[in-house]
Amino acid sequence: MEYDREGPPLPTPRGPLSGAVGARLRGTGPLPDPEAVAAASAYGDDLQLALYQCYELHYRGFAGVSPGLEWDPDLLRVRAALERRFLEALRAGTPVHESVADAVGALLVEPVHGEGVSHFLRDEGELWHLREYAAQRSLYHLKEADPHAWVLPRLWGRSKAAMAAVEFDEYGGGRADRVHARLFADLMTDLGLDTTYGAHLDAASAACLATVNMMSLFGLHRSLRGALVGHFAAVEITSSPGSRRLAEAMRRTGAGPAAEHFYDEHVEADAVHEQIVRHEVIDGLLEQEPHLAADVVFGIDATGHLEDRFGAELLAHWRAGRSSLRTPLPAAPRVPAETSHTS
Amino acid sequence: MPNSPSEPPRPPAAPRRIKVQRRGPLLVEGPVEVELEDGTTVSSDRFRVALCTCRRSRRFPWCDTSHRARSAGPGDGPATKD
Repeated sequence: MEYDREGPPLPTPRGPLSGAVGARLRGTGPLPDPEAVAAASAYGDDLQLALYQCYELHYRGFAGVSPGLEWDPDLLRVRAALERRFLEALRAGTPVHESVADAVGALLVEPVHGEGVSHFLRDEGELWHLREYAAQRSLYHLKEADPHAWVLPRLWGRSKAAMAAVEFDEYGGGRADRVHARLFADLMTDLGLDTTYGAHLDAASAACLATVNMMSLFGLHRSLRGALVGHFAAVEITSSPGSRRLAEAMRRTGAGPAAEHFYDEHVEADAVHEQIVRHEVIDGLLEQEPHLAADVVFGIDATGHLEDRFGAELLAHWRAGRSSLRTPLPAAPRVPAETSHTS
Repeated sequence: MPNSPSEPPRPPAAPRRIKVQRRGPLLVEGPVEVELEDGTTVSSDRFRVALCTCRRSRRFPWCDTSHRARSAGPGDGPATKD
């Protein structure tokens, strides 16, 4: 049997489901009982980590784990049970708008006195908040745009061309030093964080894992292509103003030039992406497949639902003066950033 | 076809298309070079560029979504990502 030599280590289990999936990936122990999956909390640490491990086989895998397990039927059966539980909870718990126009329109209004995470970080965030935020978000940003690339073969015509163009931009327009995942690693370096892929998995909360698992879920299933497009639109539409606040937070705290640049780049890039995703990707998809409108709405609103949960959790911890992480970060070696990353 | 430095620049095959919206930025196919009022130029090699028309952008001439409507409510928006 062949094993991946590179890749992150398997995470520390958070319960019987994630423990059994991890054991199976190591080649020991039985898979979880389907009844245990049905009884687990859909947004809880155990189920979310079990699902995250299943999905990670489709990205970079884990060191010491066979890459062939990506298509192991028994593991896929468990993944399907985990996904069912997660998707049912998402569908049941997400308040949805009546139409795509309503859902998109709601995202296009900026609150004057916002109280979200980016507002908190802009106004009163300290370096330790920014480091925790970056550590948690690294689970997505170190594979930024990857979950969305899976939708490309499921689109055609206008929506495919536009989606590919936006993804090309996310991947640095053909330049490795501009790949957004790379820009995020540079931000992490400014913040004194370990930039190794998967380094912060044990530290990330279940609410954070859920936001990334949702992308993988929507990306890997052609039947959920409408939801993937809706999700991507929600991210792109809300990113620009949020990124501006985060860039201000990085500037105010003196986080470093690469940390500022990551969010400055997203202010500009996503102001463009928003337009393309709204007018080309969504409209193109619904022109061809109008029956997917409800899924697009679901993707938009489910994204808001999970992001709100994650944001509320971060703020609850920080307002109480507590860490939001499951495992503490090593202290930052405050090395002054020497490289300028301005565009 | 590979480009070599000795090749003269070729004129674009078709007029450059600019998408105009009543509310929102001008969308121009990149790369673009923009000359500002003071004579300085800024450039972007993005595949598409959004140029601010509301004059509120803090990254003028690029759009930063400052044209958006604002709500008085204290919420963070229905799905503010960050």
